[in-house]
Amino acid sequence: MSRFIVRRFLSVIPTFLIIVTLSFFLIRLAPGGPFAREKKIPPEILANIMHKYHMDEPLINQYFRYVGDVLHFDLGPSFRYKDHTVNELLGAAFPVSITLGVVSLGLAVFFGTLVGIISALRQNKWQDYAAMSVAVLGISIPLFVVGPILMLVFALKLKWLPTSGWINSRAGWTTIIMPSMTLMLPYFAYIARMSRGSIIEVLRSDYVRTARAKGLKETVVIRKHVLKGAMLPIVTYLGPAFSGIITGSVVVEQIFVVPGIGKIFVQSALNRDYTVIMGDVIVYSIILITANFVVDILYGLLDPRISYK
Amino acid sequence: MTDDVILQVKDLKAYFKLDEGLLKAVDGVSFDLRKGETLGIVGESGSGKSVTNLAIMRLIPSPPGRIAGGEVEFMGKDILKMSEEEVRKIRGNKISMIFQDPMTCLNPFLRISTQMVETIVLHQGLDKKAAKDKAIEMLKLAGIPAPEKRIDQYPHQFSGGMRQRVMIAMALSCEPEILIADEPTTALDVTIQAQILELINDLSARLGTAVILITHSLGVVAGMCDAICVMYAGRIVERGNADEIFADPKHPYTQGLIKSVPRLDKISTQRLYSIPGQPPNVINLPDCCPFFPRCERAMDVCKTKYPKVAELSAKRSVACWLYGEGK
Ligand SMILES: Nc1ncnc2c1ncn2[C@@H]1O[C@H](COP(=O)(O)OP(=O)(O)O)[C@@H](O)[C@H]1O
Ligand code: SF4
Ligand SMILES: [Mg+2]
Repeated sequence: MSRFIVRRFLSVIPTFLIIVTLSFFLIRLAPGGPFAREKKIPPEILANIMHKYHMDEPLINQYFRYVGDVLHFDLGPSFRYKDHTVNELLGAAFPVSITLGVVSLGLAVFFGTLVGIISALRQNKWQDYAAMSVAVLGISIPLFVVGPILMLVFALKLKWLPTSGWINSRAGWTTIIMPSMTLMLPYFAYIARMSRGSIIEVLRSDYVRTARAKGLKETVVIRKHVLKGAMLPIVTYLGPAFSGIITGSVVVEQIFVVPGIGKIFVQSALNRDYTVIMGDVIVYSIILITANFVVDILYGLLDPRISYK
Repeated sequence: MTDDVILQVKDLKAYFKLDEGLLKAVDGVSFDLRKGETLGIVGESGSGKSVTNLAIMRLIPSPPGRIAGGEVEFMGKDILKMSEEEVRKIRGNKISMIFQDPMTCLNPFLRISTQMVETIVLHQGLDKKAAKDKAIEMLKLAGIPAPEKRIDQYPHQFSGGMRQRVMIAMALSCEPEILIADEPTTALDVTIQAQILELINDLSARLGTAVILITHSLGVVAGMCDAICVMYAGRIVERGNADEIFADPKHPYTQGLIKSVPRLDKISTQRLYSIPGQPPNVINLPDCCPFFPRCERAMDVCKTKYPKVAELSAKRSVACWLYGEGK
């Protein structure tokens, strides 16, 4: 097991370097720059600034300097928010996005499997049809439509929930409800469909027939013999689901004004705040790589047929 | 009903409602099983052997299946009329089942111990520790080496033959009255088949368990069964003591099955005989002898009416126009 973890960890390093390299050069290809404003800055001041941030050096030197800093866990200063380092900006925003992501994923998995189980056990009855219609809707409506609709109904019309903000505001935990609902909806729907399908498949399997032939109660058959096998495909889906939620968070944080890394990402991209964009990309890739890593280990722990040697 | 009959199946019918029509998988099957006896149910694939036995256990997947009629009298009570709870007390306890494919019949995610202990705890009210000891004892009886160690492993750590031994140990762990073995060797290597049959034979004799042995090959049941039912297209076409059936098969289908058993005493250079044609599709079957398209002795009456069952003796019957009233 530990050898597997080490091997898996080492295999991630090249991926990571490729991401850093590609994004570094791609960002520099984009027109404009951090100091391009409508109002012209006097050339000598601009030269000074460029020098201060080493932006007058050849690009390749800047690249190696940057990679060197990153390896020391230093993401550099922000070009736009002069008093803050990128580490500070992202350090404050990171827990916000992670909380939103984990809560959304948790809700998607919990309600998704719950609805999947009910649908599978009430196959072709009205509960099943109702749940699967909701699932189709959930999968097909994009989140930039769902978010504003929720906001319109629950915040502006009914006034049950705050329109925006985060847990640290006066509204507290109620602020997380709409962003997480918006984010989780397609994954909830997909998990519901997936778990319905895999439960129905397992219900027909030979080993469930054996379990019934042993005289076990149907509730025991389902709890003990059906669910574990049926949930494994869901576990493999957790990696992609979490990635999707984290990237979807970029949009949702804009809609509900959530101070997470997604909000920072959009802001810094508009500002061409190179170091912040790079830092954000790095944080995103670390989140996604870690999530998939965790899922692999989880899968191995759940399926006795897989052994890590 | 004589005293030693423990299971009496009367006119059992099990139908599947499919898009193509009504599939009469089992259509009026009757037989008796006596205490400690081994009964072979023989027939080609699709003849309704598995469905018959699933119906006895009330395990037909529904929908699309349902039991459309009949009685299954077990120790004086009709299983088909019992409450779900009463049936559960019989399953795995009084009547156990093992299936064709041991590779898929054990839960791959649970240890052997978990799967065996749950049955014993459920039916015998032992605590987990005592149940595990009992399970180890059964595995040992079933010929699994080092059962104390193997019991904590998962199914994928066992070979096919060993898994079937585990299934047998599990099925017999509550010392049932009846063991239903549905093609227990079909999925196994030829070399292992004989061992598994011998194990079933030995253990059932030792525990006094009656066995219903389902197979598509008469060769398998030859040495093992006391009585035999031959099934074709959802019905029993011939029934009798094993010796009589082998010595003097009446139904043309039974005769064909016997001819197609490979024989060691007649080493032949010819290809093995097989009954010409295919088993019929049992959806919307017309009222006729379903065997007539393949039968060498078919007569006109065979095409228009299902044959009356001719009772040749108390235990012997055949459904063919060549016998009984037609003659
Ligand atoms: N779950 C099911 N759904 C639909 N048809 C079934 C089902 N189980 C069995 N059948 C049909 O019932 C007939 C008898 O099947 P079975 O009893 O399994 O035959 P066998 O004698 O090979 O055991 C076959 O035609 C089969 O296709
Ligand atoms: S009833 Fe007729 S067709 Fe059917 S087996 Fe007998 S002789 Fe052959
Ligand atoms: Mg079968």
